[in-house]
Amino acid sequence: MNFIETFRVAFEAIVSNKVRSGLTMLGVIIGVMAVILLVSIGQGAQVYITKELTGMGTNLLVITPGKTSTRGGFHPPSAGTVRKLTYDDSQALRRRAWLLTDAVPLVFGTGKLKYQNMGRDVMIIGTTPEFQRVRNLFIDTGSYIAQSDVDSKAKVIVLGTKVKEELFGTENALGKVVILSDARYRVVGVMRKKGTSMGMDIDDIVYVPVTSGQELFDTDSLFEIIASTPRAEDVDNAIVQIKDVLIKRHAHKEDFTIQTQGAMLETMNTILGVLTAVLGGIAGISLLVGGIGIMNIMLVSVRERTREIGIRKALGARNKDILAQFMIEAITLSGAGGVIGIILGVGLALLIPVFVDVLPTSVSLWSIMMAFFFSAAVGIFFGVYPARKAALQDPIQALRYE
Amino acid sequence: MIELSHITKIYRMGGVDITVLADVSLKVQPGELIAIMGPSGSGKSTIMNMLGCLDRPTSGSYRFEGREINAMTDDELASIRNVKIGFVFQTFNLLPRFTALKNVEVPLIYSGVPARLRKERAMPLLEQVGLAERMHHKPTELSGGQQQRVAIARALVNHPMLLLADEPTGNLDSRSGEEILNMLVGLNQQGVTVIIVTHDQNVAARCNRVISVKDGQIINDQVRV
Repeated sequence: MNFIETFRVAFEAIVSNKVRSGLTMLGVIIGVMAVILLVSIGQGAQVYITKELTGMGTNLLVITPGKTSTRGGFHPPSAGTVRKLTYDDSQALRRRAWLLTDAVPLVFGTGKLKYQNMGRDVMIIGTTPEFQRVRNLFIDTGSYIAQSDVDSKAKVIVLGTKVKEELFGTENALGKVVILSDARYRVVGVMRKKGTSMGMDIDDIVYVPVTSGQELFDTDSLFEIIASTPRAEDVDNAIVQIKDVLIKRHAHKEDFTIQTQGAMLETMNTILGVLTAVLGGIAGISLLVGGIGIMNIMLVSVRERTREIGIRKALGARNKDILAQFMIEAITLSGAGGVIGIILGVGLALLIPVFVDVLPTSVSLWSIMMAFFFSAAVGIFFGVYPARKAALQDPIQALRYE
Repeated sequence: MIELSHITKIYRMGGVDITVLADVSLKVQPGELIAIMGPSGSGKSTIMNMLGCLDRPTSGSYRFEGREINAMTDDELASIRNVKIGFVFQTFNLLPRFTALKNVEVPLIYSGVPARLRKERAMPLLEQVGLAERMHHKPTELSGGQQQRVAIARALVNHPMLLLADEPTGNLDSRSGEEILNMLVGLNQQGVTVIIVTHDQNVAARCNRVISVKDGQIINDQVRV
């Protein structure tokens, strides 16, 4: 009995019971669809994060106070006896660590911003002019914070577009005086629209000189220093230089942490990779359940067709012919379910970002291949038992079966 | 051609051994037309299954064309059923989803005949049994007599030397039964060895050898001239 004939017999059996075959396939369809969909959501997040991190400016190094032994991740601001990072540290890096194009001091926090009778909570970043460059930010009207503002602790403020629109509307904001946490600041610039990045609305931020910011938050320390190198290859050498400069200034103690963008990316990717695997695994369980559905239906099918099996055996079918017939039926069910599931899964994965813009997806070939082979494997695995049961039936008993 | 010697068949049912056949010996020559008769439970169906290589004896020897059945694998038995033996059942046993033509083709599928050739071989046989017009009908669309004729065409499609018919007229009205019986006798005259298991004296009367079975033993084996 050749393969095409066996396949035709199996296909006829599937078609002759459309509703049941359809429902059986549905289990596999949903399983495969879920695997593809969830994996592509996980990978979409990975692609998104990578893009966002690179979009912040390339070859970034972030120096935070306090020494942690782990690589990457987020660190709480320094606590206890750790020496602080100061504005002077950032100036020293600018002068002496020549591999760095920038060393931008940073303080941040929140505060209340008021203009006339309007007020709102904003995210405040205290920094220097170079911040604009390392973060790829652009001014829309007016100007950004100048070095002279930093040197003179000037009470000037640059507004994000959203803040400007909400407080001033269409009115010109330049030169106006706003109240930021009880201090009077003069608006010198408005930023160009940037959108959200890493879940943070960039347009909802206001910028002040780092020195004024320190006064505002009543601290003489920095939260971090963002440094950048011209080329990615320089990052390792730049780390050496930064350590050299800062350790000398910090009483020969390495009481700070340098994170590279690569390390941050790696950490995020590791987290998201695990997340993707977990999501895929959960979806895989539903595929397994679909496989059990196939086994269930195949057992019913074998029982229902006991007489047919008897007739076929009497007419000369060998055990392996019957085995092949039922195996192919199970594999066809799961394979067809797999293909439909792939089509639906890929379709949905491509459709989701159109309607839900916070859920980027990325369909990868390997997830499709994996889902398909897994579904076929499910068909084989769960088809073997029913098919063996069919093949080993005693022809006389089978012929007598009513 | 066929030789059963001292065949015993014991079934184990619920821990009790039931002897269905006890020391049955039988020789069949090519071209014979044999009726096996006996009350139900007498073991005649078991003899039939044994002859049809669907079952193996518990003890004794069954030689089919000189080859010992007990020594064969399941696949070899399947091949003998496929090529050497044709079955006709009381309940026709056609595959319900297939057309008459497809049903006749089934044994050819298992002998590896390609699809086009199968059709070429199946169609003349259906014409021969008078179903040229009903070839593409499914069993449910055929009368009992027509179904049994499909079954006979199916039994003949591999040109077997032995045709086993288990109560072939049992489910048919007397006219269809007569037609089927004529067909079997006609086949025998063309040289096919035919063995019919039956209750019906009229069927037995057409055969030239009648074997009576009772309680798992042959009690009478009568050859008419």
